[in-house]
Formats: sequence, C-alpha cells, structure tokens
Amino acid sequence: MGAANKPAVVAENLVKRFGDFTAVDHVSFSITAGEVMGFLGPNGAGKSTIMRIFCGLLRPDAGRALVAGIDLGRDPEAVRSRIGYMSQKFSLYADLTAAENLRFFADIYRVPSSEVAERMRRAIETAGLEEHAQALVSTLATGWKQRLALGCAILHRPEILFLDEPTSGVDPLARRRFWDLIHATADEGVTVLVSTHYMDEAEYCNRIALIDRGRVVALGTPRELRRDPRIGEVLVVECDDLAGAMTVLQGAPWVREVAVFGRALHVTVVDEMRTPGRLAALLRERGLQCSRIEVAEPTLEDSFVQLVGRGPVQERPRP
Amino acid sequence: MNANRVMAIARKEFLQVWRDPRSLAIALLMPLMQMFLLGYGVSLDIRNIPLCVFDQEGSQHSEALLQHFRASRYFEVAQPVHTYAALRHAIDAGKCRLAIVVPYRFSQDLSVLGRSSVQAIADATDSNTATLAVGYAQAVLNAFASDVEIRWSGPQRDTLRPQPLAVESRVWFNEELESRNFIIPGLVAMIMALVGALLTSLTLSREWERGTMELLISTPVTGTELMVGKLLPYFSIGLVDATVCVLLAVFWFDVPFRGQPVTLFVTTFLFLTVVLGIGYAISASIRSQVGASQVALMLTMLPTAMLSGFTFPIDQMPRLIQGITYLVYGRYYVSILKAIFLKGSGLGDLVLPIGCLLAYALVIAAIASRQFRKSVE
Repeated sequence: MGAANKPAVVAENLVKRFGDFTAVDHVSFSITAGEVMGFLGPNGAGKSTIMRIFCGLLRPDAGRALVAGIDLGRDPEAVRSRIGYMSQKFSLYADLTAAENLRFFADIYRVPSSEVAERMRRAIETAGLEEHAQALVSTLATGWKQRLALGCAILHRPEILFLDEPTSGVDPLARRRFWDLIHATADEGVTVLVSTHYMDEAEYCNRIALIDRGRVVALGTPRELRRDPRIGEVLVVECDDLAGAMTVLQGAPWVREVAVFGRALHVTVVDEMRTPGRLAALLRERGLQCSRIEVAEPTLEDSFVQLVGRGPVQERPRP
Repeated sequence: MNANRVMAIARKEFLQVWRDPRSLAIALLMPLMQMFLLGYGVSLDIRNIPLCVFDQEGSQHSEALLQHFRASRYFEVAQPVHTYAALRHAIDAGKCRLAIVVPYRFSQDLSVLGRSSVQAIADATDSNTATLAVGYAQAVLNAFASDVEIRWSGPQRDTLRPQPLAVESRVWFNEELESRNFIIPGLVAMIMALVGALLTSLTLSREWERGTMELLISTPVTGTELMVGKLLPYFSIGLVDATVCVLLAVFWFDVPFRGQPVTLFVTTFLFLTVVLGIGYAISASIRSQVGASQVALMLTMLPTAMLSGFTFPIDQMPRLIQGITYLVYGRYYVSILKAIFLKGSGLGDLVLPIGCLLAYALVIAAIASRQFRKSVE
C-alpha cells in the first residue's frame, strides 16, 4: 500500500438502523487497494451489517459507501461484478456438486467461456477438491466447503473480496490453510475485507478495524492497535490462586481491567502504577503467593478487551 | 437479459428439483395420483342407487314394474321388505336410499281406473342424491306406464287411449351424458394449477431459507434473469404434466378429444404463465417455504377447483359468485379445455376466453417481475 493507491473501499459516516436499534453508527474508514483489512469485534457489533451494505444487500440510512470508486447508493448494480462475497452463513447450493456450483457462478458472473474450464480447474485445485469435484456439496467437510465458497467468490476475478466470518466453525488447520488462500488472493492485487472474532486471525491482516456497538473504536495495524494510547500498562501476574488474585485486583481503584490469559492474569493498570512493585505489595498483603509479576507488551487481545469491553451488552469500562 | 445467465439459473433449478425427492414427487407423481384419484373418484352420475321394495300386492303387474327397476342401471334392488317398519329400518341403516311401495290395489286400480300410484320414499339426508333418485324413479315409472298403455291399447281398444306424447331429447357434445367426459378436461386445469403453483412457490423461499439468496443478490444477476431462468424448468415440467394428463384422459379414461393439439398447447402455455407467475410472486413475497406453499394453494388450486366451473356449474351459482368467477383465471382455461375436448373448438372459436387468459398472463407476469427486489430488507 502506498499513498498513491486509490482507496478500494470507502465508508463515510455510514448509518444503518433496524427499528430503534442502530446497527451501524457513523462508521468511516477506507481500505487501500491490495490491502487485507480485518473487522474484529464481538458478535452483534455490526461487522456483518457493514459488509452487507458494501455488497449491496442493505441500503444505508445515511452516509456513503464507495466500492472501486462507485457510490453504492447511486449504482449498486455496477458494483456487483467487481466484488466477491462470502456470507456468514454457508451459502453455496448444497444439493449441487462442487463443480456445478463453480460452473453456476462462472456463468452468473459471465466468465468468458474460453476461460471457464481453466478457472474452474484452478479453483478446484486450490481448494484441494480434486477428488471431490463431483461430490454433492452437502457431503463435504466444513473446511472444504469454505475453500470452495472462496473459489466461487473469486472465480470472476473481483477487485474486492468481502469475507464475512469465513472461518467460523472450521478447525485450526483448515483455518490456517484458508488464510494462506486469502493472502495468495491479496498477493494478486485483490483488496480483502474479512471479519473475524479470532484474535490470532486478526494478526494476519494488514490493518484491523475494531468494531463495537456499531462504531469503529480503533483502526490501525495490529502493532498500532497493541500500542493504542488508550490502553494502560499491562502487567502479567502468575499466581497459585488465580481467582483470589483476580478478586483482590478487581477491587483496586487503579486497576482498569483484569483478564485471564491461560494460567496468568493480564492486569491493565493506569499509567502511574506501571511498576510491578505496588501490585506485588498488594497481593502479598492479602497473603497471595505470586511467582511472576512483570510489565508485558500488550497483546491484541489486551487491546480488544480494553477498547471493546467483553460484549455488546456490557458497558465499556470508563476510566 | 443475458441468455447464458438465464440458462445457468434454469440448469441449476432443474438439478435442484431433480435431486429433491419432495419436489420430484410433486412434479411427477402428484399429477398421476390426482388424475386417477379424481378421474375415478369424482363422478356426478349416480348409478346403482340401493333400492328397497315393499311390494304389498305381489302380483304379476307389480312384478313387471319391479322388473323395470331391476333393469335400470340407476338402481340396485336390495332385499325386499314386508312391513313399513322394516322399510324404515332399512333406510335408517343406510341399506337403501330410495324405497318403492307398491299398494295392494295396484293391479286393480290399473285395470279399473286406468291409473294407480306408487309410493316412493327417499332418504333426503343427501338431498342431491334424493332428488336425482326420485327423478330416475319417475323415469322408470313413466317407461313402465307407457309400456302398460301400449300393451293395453291393443287392437281392441286403440281408439280409446291416445299414444302418450314423449319428448325425445338429444344431448350434444357429451352424448353419453358422462360426467367423466365433462370433469376430466377440467381436471387437467386443476392439476396444472396445483403442481405449477406449488413448485414455483418454493423456488425463491427455498433460497431465502437456505441463505443462498443473499449470495445471489450480491451477484450481477438481474431480477428478470432470475425469474425467467427459474420459471423455465417449471414450464417444461408443466407441459410434460399436461401432456401426460391429456394422454391419460384420452387413452385411459376414453374422453373424446375432438380439437387440435396446437390449440391445447397455446392455451396451456398461457395458463401455465398465469399459474407460475402467481407462484413466483408469492415466493418473492413470502420467505418461508411452508407459508408460500399454503398461500399458493389458496390462490390457485382452491379457486380453480371451486369457481372455475370444474365441479360446480357456474350458471347455477348465485349472481354475486358468478361475477367473482370472471376473476378466476381457471374459469377461462376450464371452459377452453372442455371446448377443445368435447366440441373440437379451434383457436378462432375461443378468441374471447383466450384473450382473457392472455390479459391475465400479462398482468401476472408484470406483477411477478416487480415483486422480487434485490435486497435482503
């Protein structure tokens, strides 16, 4: 990406309401061509709604959505042949074979007939479906289905690819393989917007938009997000009695957030309390044995917990 | 409209029907079942009405009268009874629908007075059958009476009794007065309404329910391409079903077919357009398969069965209902079918009903193509 590249996707103050509920609340961002942008956020945060606006499935109540420079509000049909979309719910035809699905989407997107066979062959190959091309999609395992869905979405060589939680319910190995495909696609110059709620997947993105209750609460590279000034210092605490330590720490006024990470606690404290000494003293005072208390580099999960809160219904902690 | 896209949708839709046992059963088995079930089951003729006889006289004349009843194909003479109580019991038990009581002065009255009366008691719980049964009994008695008169007005007395005047009616187009000939052509309309609307009503709702519609909307396919592509397979299925039904009607049920196949094809095409258009419009408005199929049945099969003249003659309906039947597209097709089958009418004879059907088809097609919007909202 560079300053010279035109943005492939632009959101300007997008608003979408469903009755009284504001699903998308003045969202603005732009994605540079060739970039892999991740949408990270809890369920119900509005990730899918934003994507569906860009795919022309929903009309925004206010604001503008531009794809490849085309305003969706003005000419939604012009956008459709330039995008590929994988919806959250698996949505290929389960009663058709893998090859029949590919053929269907090739015809729908008017892939030149001289290229159909070659592109289908490649899609089947990249999805690893060589031996299952004639199998009904309903009989395929989830990982295969998802790779096939991606193959159908990029068969017409779209400029922009929208992937709505493409790896939910897929085993880690298949997820890894799927992300390799996403990067291979991006390497060919395709702009990718992908939503996820897996932290590790967010790390694979060039940039991440943290989305919570319909708003973009943070936007940047994974590194920028970890260093967000709104996040306090994170101290890693390892104790014998994790639950006890957690209760004690949650009671301290200078502790912003306590979260369990494996067998340790990540304690976010206000800046003035960044040294481990004070914390160690408090725990010792209450008779808790802690083997390790040290300042740590915040992880993406720390920033997620800090910036998003733990769920859409929960109030975000205000320091 | 892009032909490749339309064909891609048509091919996909056909494969889905082909691989879905439920749809396949509706498409192929339902017409056969309906044809046989209704072809045999629905008959407005009443034959073999169970008849009880209480012959108080037991004479040669009364026996001759009963012989007439036995010979009639309308009656099935059950066990004779010998008391009114037994007769009443037989009617109560449903053993007979009509009872004939021959009085003990039957022969005497006939020879002395020249006339006698016979009592007919009908079970009127089913008033329609009762009316018909009494009518048939009347006919049998008349036949017997003229028989008696002719015999008694032999050479000796021929100047005294005039020959009874008989009206000889001739029925046109359905000479055998077989209600089957009348019903089966209409049955073709009903089966097509049922199958066509039922299948198409599922076509969009299935995509909504399975989540494939969302993906389809995100593609450049247009609403018209989607509609035409989706309806093509159902047109083919409808025409195959119509052919099967007509062949069964002619070769199995022996219904005369006096018209031209081309007339049948043109009018069937129009009727299918209406039915499939309605099914599609419903499918575009109701996103659940169950809901869509229910509404489709209400709007297609029900009016075609009740108000098209298929079972109930339109000219015997109350005025208001008669007016409503003009809105029932099935009315035009049923009358066209009967005309093609029984009268041998050609396209030229049927300008009016064909025109109405065509107008209907155009309106429905316009509604159907507008009903589907490319949006998930």
